[in-house]
Amino acid sequence: MTAVDELPPDIAALIDQPQYELAGEFPVERSYIWTSCASVENGNPLFWDDAIADELTGGPIAPPSMVSTWFRPHHWAPGRTEQALPLQVHFDLKAAFELPEAVMSDNTIVFYEPVRPGDVLTTLQRLRSVSAQKQTKLGTGRFWVIDVEYRNPRDELVAIESYTGFGYRR
Amino acid sequence: MITIDKVTAGDALPSLSYDVTSTTVVLGALATRDWRPQHHDYHFATERNGVKDIFLNTPNQAAWFERYITDWTGPWGRLGRMTFRMHDSVFPGDTMTIAGVVTDVISDDTGCGWVGLDITLTTGDSRVCTTCQARVAVPVSPDDNPWSRSRDSWRP
Repeated sequence: MTAVDELPPDIAALIDQPQYELAGEFPVERSYIWTSCASVENGNPLFWDDAIADELTGGPIAPPSMVSTWFRPHHWAPGRTEQALPLQVHFDLKAAFELPEAVMSDNTIVFYEPVRPGDVLTTLQRLRSVSAQKQTKLGTGRFWVIDVEYRNPRDELVAIESYTGFGYRR
Repeated sequence: MITIDKVTAGDALPSLSYDVTSTTVVLGALATRDWRPQHHDYHFATERNGVKDIFLNTPNQAAWFERYITDWTGPWGRLGRMTFRMHDSVFPGDTMTIAGVVTDVISDDTGCGWVGLDITLTTGDSRVCTTCQARVAVPVSPDDNPWSRSRDSWRP
């Protein structure tokens, strides 16, 4: 590994460490569940028929794929002077390596306990890896992998999302 | 109800076709609380992102894949994991087609039945926009319910 590929000590120290431990800005709510189902014409009765939800899942739940929805910040909130960004570690890395462009190439979501209306989820981010400098058709930069863990108010794991990002300069 | 004994590697799932409009894109972005302008602002998408129009966001594509999978399994199907790779964008005016094939069928040590799926989202001009590998639990018998599994008995 050449000098340009070596991770700065402050970045290396962040590997696997929990960062940005946050609670959601609002409880999981059914109107968003129905809006999401409507957006893709998802007629799964688990989300529309309380009797079926009671029978199969012990009450209403949210579609598992919605898990990141519960953490996207409001577009505006009182007292907020800067736009809040989801996946802040990604933007921190762009800034640290002075890479103005970035794309997400892969996204894996593993689902655990169901998310239920009324839950206020908590989340944290962990930087898992940062690659050596790479040249791709987009430009020169680094790949990084960030995990986002989500828990419910009962401290049960509900999902882990893993993002692979590529920050680059053209 | 689909039970594990009714599924074989190589089985094709029924495909799903949908005509994407600007409303599809904007509704999907708002439903996932994604306020980024490339999903609702034509001028930003074309002039800043350099693409031909606004385009479907990733979380909404996840919702489309979930709908596609559970249309097949019914409400007993429980998603364990999904992995996406984005290759190209889906724009208003595209007819997107989602198609899937069973890659493997197993029962794990806890007795949970798992189906692996390879899913592809293509558009009418034969662009492969997104590929997805998914793992979904389905009942092993008519009286099994994957949603009843928790903690040590749920290994997604």
